[in-house]
Amino acid sequence: MNLSRTARATLWAALAGGLAVIYVPLLVVLLNSFNADRTFGWPPTGFTLRWWAAAWNSTGVRDALWTSVQAGLGATAIALVLGTMVAFAVQRYSFFGRDAVSLLIILPIALPGIVTGIALNNAFRTVLEPFGVGLGMFTVVVGHATFCVVTVYNNVLARLRRLGASVEEASADLGADAFTTFRLVTFPMMRSALLAGGLLAFALSFDEIIVTTFTAGAGVKTLPLWIFENLFRPNQAPVVNVVAAALIVLSVVPIYLAQRLSGGGASAR
Amino acid sequence: MSDPAVRLCGLRKSFGGVHAVTGVDLDIADGEFFAMLGPSGSGKTTVLRMIAGFEAPTSGTVELGGADVTRLAPFERDVNTVFQDYALFPHMDVLGNVEYGLRVKRVPRAERRGRALAALASVRLEGYERRRPGQLSGGQRQRVALARALVNRPRVLLLDEPLGALDLKLREEMQVELKSIQREVGITFLFVTHDQEEALTMSDRVAVFNEGRIEQVGTPAEVYERPATAFVASFVGTSNLISGEAAQAVLGKEGTFSVRPEKLRVAALGDPVDGAEHSATGTVSEVVYAGPATRFVVELDAGGRLIALQQNLQVSSMDVTGLRGTRVRLVWQRRHEFAIVP
Ligand SMILES: Nc1ncnc2c1ncn2[C@@H]1O[C@H](COP(=O)(O)OP(=O)(O)O)[C@@H](O)[C@H]1O
Ligand SMILES: [Mg+2]
Repeated sequence: MNLSRTARATLWAALAGGLAVIYVPLLVVLLNSFNADRTFGWPPTGFTLRWWAAAWNSTGVRDALWTSVQAGLGATAIALVLGTMVAFAVQRYSFFGRDAVSLLIILPIALPGIVTGIALNNAFRTVLEPFGVGLGMFTVVVGHATFCVVTVYNNVLARLRRLGASVEEASADLGADAFTTFRLVTFPMMRSALLAGGLLAFALSFDEIIVTTFTAGAGVKTLPLWIFENLFRPNQAPVVNVVAAALIVLSVVPIYLAQRLSGGGASAR
Repeated sequence: MSDPAVRLCGLRKSFGGVHAVTGVDLDIADGEFFAMLGPSGSGKTTVLRMIAGFEAPTSGTVELGGADVTRLAPFERDVNTVFQDYALFPHMDVLGNVEYGLRVKRVPRAERRGRALAALASVRLEGYERRRPGQLSGGQRQRVALARALVNRPRVLLLDEPLGALDLKLREEMQVELKSIQREVGITFLFVTHDQEEALTMSDRVAVFNEGRIEQVGTPAEVYERPATAFVASFVGTSNLISGEAAQAVLGKEGTFSVRPEKLRVAALGDPVDGAEHSATGTVSEVVYAGPATRFVVELDAGGRLIALQQNLQVSSMDVTGLRGTRVRLVWQRRHEFAIVP
């Protein structure tokens, strides 16, 4: 394409501006977690690992981290099982309402978290409470799973579309029964898609706060909930900053890996 | 006589309202190189898939070596398929692909390694064992697919347009090679193609498919020289039909008749015609010089048109192209004209 010099400069400026708006604040958070100045004066007066040590030694932070990991693993496990099964059903069989199912799976990611949160909160309290199951870790996991399923579903569906059914037919043709075909052909070719979907699901769950607020009972505190609670306590500010920085890293790594896995088709083609 | 390798009885298949196969009866002998020839959409692949077990017939039966296998799953049938898109396993190397069938049948490791290497040697792919399918050319993938199927020594090998994705030169090479591999291993080959030349040059017998049924079964010479129907006459080679009033005037009989273009001689109007020959006069409307031969399109005075193919034994392009518009007599042996079903 032939762009005039000014048009090109404008585009570059827009791109740089857009990226700056997104990433400069994140960078500031990261840098401030090493800032020796307690009030985050700018520019930083010195480098320190004090806040990281403090965060590491805070039982509140540790408990919250562990809670988040548990919730993330639980939601990811549910998402892997359900997302894979629905993707297979939608791709391999035609049945009444197939398009509707596809839409319903994708919808939760578009619904405002506050709507999902209120709806789940109501549902859990009317359905589960009579059975003596209160809001807690279980309800958080289920709540997160509602929007985590879609990442697995999308990854698996895309992979199934690309593979087609002919390699599975080839396997049956060469003498393998359905189980052997799944073990030796379908699953190995599915593996990186499952990993990518699972990593994304975990990342989504890990930094979720709105649905969590409505589905976590009094006893459950995930990392984002902990941050929110301590955000306005001045003496906690440096530790909050460290936790935020850690969250950034922990969310970026899975997403980066997932991108590599689902984009890097070399191994799967 | 032993049971045929494949026997199809009253085979039909419909997909909803689409009647893909509408009644196929066929016996294929052990060790035959058999071609299913027909235009795209005529049901060849569907028949092959019913033999392999990927589709259940709407009605009819499939027998392999005398045993009814209609209800058996693909992995219970003693046939292997070379798929049109090869369907190699992308996550395994060439050796893994070729060993796969033996591996799932629990053949001991040493034996399966030996057989896989031998199969790769027979398709001239030594040294490629550790490559992934993604690192091979189209022709090499085709050979891997062939080796992967042959290594199992099936009763019948099914090939669905296996050369369709290759360029012309490679395709001609592989035609010769497939034929010699088949002779070597002695396995029945059932080969699907829409290319009439491929079917004629490679196979022992050909079944010509049209709209889900077989129009004619025979040796390549039979199908080419004595087409049974107008469809076969036009699909296998060039259609050259004399029918209706022209048949009355030229041949003195009712019906539709076919004469192959190379059986016609382009003669001068006054040339003598002997008792064993028929002839028709007409005007040359088109002359196509094609190197070794020239194609004449002649509009018959009695109606209709015939195409005559003449070897360029003495002439060159300079001589023939000036013949457009001249009046000629087409002469042929009576034994080369055949009545066909219109
Ligand atoms: N799975 C299917 N569903 C619906 N129609 C099909 C299916 N498979 C084949 N057909 C139809 O059956 C007819 C024959 O197809 P096919 O056997 O693939 O022909 P060929 O191999 O001779 O080109 C075509 O009209 C095709 O559209
Ligand atoms: Mg086909």
